[in-house]
Amino acid sequence: MTLADLKRGDRVRIYAIEAAEHSVQRLMVMGLVEGAELECLGASLGGDPLEFLVQGSALSLRRADARHFRVTSTPAGDPN
Amino acid sequence: MARPATITVPVESLTVSRQVTIALVGNPNTGKSTVFNRLTGLRQKTANYPGVTVEKRVGKLTLKGSIFDLIDLPGIYSLSPNSTDERIAVDVLLGRVPGTPQPDLIVAVVDATRLYQGLYLLQQLAELDRPMLVALTMTDDAISKNIRIDIGALQEKLGGIPVCEIVATTGKGIGNLNSMIGEALSQKRSTDHSFWPELRQSARVIKEEAGDSPLTLVEIERAIIDEDPVAVRAIQGALGTAADSQLLAHRSALCGDDPPLAVEARARYGWIRSSLGELETKAPAPIRWGTKLIEWLNRPFPATVLFYGLMATIFQAVFAWATPLMDLIDAATSGLGVWLQSTLPPGILSSFLADGVIAGVGSVIIFLPQILILFLFIILMEDTGYLARTAFLMDRAMRAAGLSGQSVIPLISGFACAVPGIMATRVIPDRRDRIATIIAAPFMTCSARLPVYALLIAAFVPDSSVGFANLQGLVLFGLYMLGILGGVGTALLLKRSALRGPKPTFILALPEFHLPSLRTVLIKLLDRARVFLRRAGTVIFAVAVVVWALAYFPRSDSIEAQRLDAQSQAGTILEGDALAAESASIDNAAAAAQLAQSWLGRAGQWVEPVFEPLGWDWRISAAVIAGFPAREVVVAVLGTIYAVGAEADESSLADRLTSATWPDGRTVFTLPMVLGLLVFYAWCLQCAATLAVIKRETNTWRWPIFAWSYMTILGYLSALLIFQLGSG
Repeated sequence: MTLADLKRGDRVRIYAIEAAEHSVQRLMVMGLVEGAELECLGASLGGDPLEFLVQGSALSLRRADARHFRVTSTPAGDPN
Repeated sequence: MARPATITVPVESLTVSRQVTIALVGNPNTGKSTVFNRLTGLRQKTANYPGVTVEKRVGKLTLKGSIFDLIDLPGIYSLSPNSTDERIAVDVLLGRVPGTPQPDLIVAVVDATRLYQGLYLLQQLAELDRPMLVALTMTDDAISKNIRIDIGALQEKLGGIPVCEIVATTGKGIGNLNSMIGEALSQKRSTDHSFWPELRQSARVIKEEAGDSPLTLVEIERAIIDEDPVAVRAIQGALGTAADSQLLAHRSALCGDDPPLAVEARARYGWIRSSLGELETKAPAPIRWGTKLIEWLNRPFPATVLFYGLMATIFQAVFAWATPLMDLIDAATSGLGVWLQSTLPPGILSSFLADGVIAGVGSVIIFLPQILILFLFIILMEDTGYLARTAFLMDRAMRAAGLSGQSVIPLISGFACAVPGIMATRVIPDRRDRIATIIAAPFMTCSARLPVYALLIAAFVPDSSVGFANLQGLVLFGLYMLGILGGVGTALLLKRSALRGPKPTFILALPEFHLPSLRTVLIKLLDRARVFLRRAGTVIFAVAVVVWALAYFPRSDSIEAQRLDAQSQAGTILEGDALAAESASIDNAAAAAQLAQSWLGRAGQWVEPVFEPLGWDWRISAAVIAGFPAREVVVAVLGTIYAVGAEADESSLADRLTSATWPDGRTVFTLPMVLGLLVFYAWCLQCAATLAVIKRETNTWRWPIFAWSYMTILGYLSALLIFQLGSG
């Protein structure tokens, strides 16, 4: 499962990142690293870009970049 | 490579008492500008860094009688820049910008509710080993979100850097921040603290080999991680041919085959994740209206309705709310003109004041209320965080034009003025996307087009209703759409041809919705009013005076003699009301004849053949040409031309335009001609300030010349087509 497969309200933890693209590295500098927990806040008009909540910050990115982040589900209600 | 044995010291760095510079640094959307406004009040100015056009906001900060320069740097997430804006912030911090000294004190602004991201930049700033202070903002938000931050632990984790809690929106803690800035200026820091010791070790090895080179450890680190070109060149200068292999060796020892930036992010967030538990405690946050609102707004239907609803409200407000104020200004200026002409003896002084100054400048000042309402909406969208959200909402739509949602903010700012709109493109990382957005921005209907549209619409579009909407408002909306169409279409053409490139990415931190600070909104609005009035008082005043002089001189003695002759003849035949009417019409005819043989009249008639196919007479042609440096001038020029060529009365400029005729009696302002003129104004680039800013932002004359020729030809051909088809 990747970040691009989430629905509104899903809570996940990142466990692997394909970091070859520069846009992915920019997202890593903004806190999307292995071990980070986040919540999907939904998608924009037309289903793209997506919005996530990372440790209190809302961040938006396109599905094409989201596919590079592999994630596992964390129990709902788990404070991150 | 041989190094010079002596060092030349520039004269200015020998002066003993140098101005002390303090820099405000932080992530975007941390309330940095609010802190800046709190610390400096209204004592601030905006300039540009040399060579690039990143806006440099500098203010004066007074502490115990000494005055310091406070610089508000563009928001950054790290010392690895992705855009022009971020590059300048990093360069100032590294002391690389000529004319801007390396800051004597760094005040890092950190959002208490986003400590996780903020700590990344804090690590890198602390490693610069400069005097430093942390201003922890939004502490009231943190409390309401049940986040508790241990200030003592934070200071200790950062290696002893003092931390000050503030609430920038209310001003709480600002006094304390002031006194801490005073203490921190004399702070001695040589902790050589590093949060990624392996990287620092590599930098130290290179530094030792480089000998007495002035390179700092942080610059060497940026060379290893980002291949920062300035630092790499300096290392090549110091180490010669060995430099590249040295850097490569250290890079692969630290990062292996992984991208260095990714390795740095893992290392620094590793430290953050292990420290955060000691720094903050989080209880489950109560559900906040901001978060709930975002969730609701992310559903496609409410988002679409809100976006278009808001745009419609703005157009309605610009026309409806401003009317009473505009009527007031109109009554005041025309009343003043009539009073002057009846008080002063007729002649040159009376004409200069009434027809030149008051008719010219007054016809532009009348639009101040509309412009302020427009800016109020744009400032509110910016300060509530909605502007960033429109970028998120419109990303998909902008992709059709080959751009990303990041181009939406510059284009919406362009509705106020193309100049700030073009400057807002600096956040767009890709150069091709940025230039396409820069060329699209002048198409957006700016506040200077508003007077032209408003004048022509009020004069020629009936004030009637079409269903729910007002016809005048509808025409205005159509003109805005025309601007968007022209801009987006042009961007698409450019992205398909000269600016073809990889698909842009879209990464944006979305600020939470929050109530704007009244103080910040007022400061920004006053600034806009000041800029507008200054233009009206200088550029537009000067143009109005020049145009008046060109329209007034030379005076023909034979026309004046004929007028006196006709008046005395009328006096012998007629009397009472008939005499008054005849006398007024004689004066009018004489004024029109004088205008036609004035310098302006002759010049207008000379260029008339160029614009005649568009249905424009020489007066409109002259006004349009005078409007090339600044398009709102056209209204002032029309105001002056039609005032000089008319008797003094209280009829408005719109009425005078409606009754304008060709010499053979045909009406000048027919519907096809007015529509063509409106489209010409929608698409033509009549603004010297915009051309100058395009030149500065693209660093070449090619793009401003292209934009000007392209938009002028497009406007001319469209007006030609509409007039010819409509009249044929």
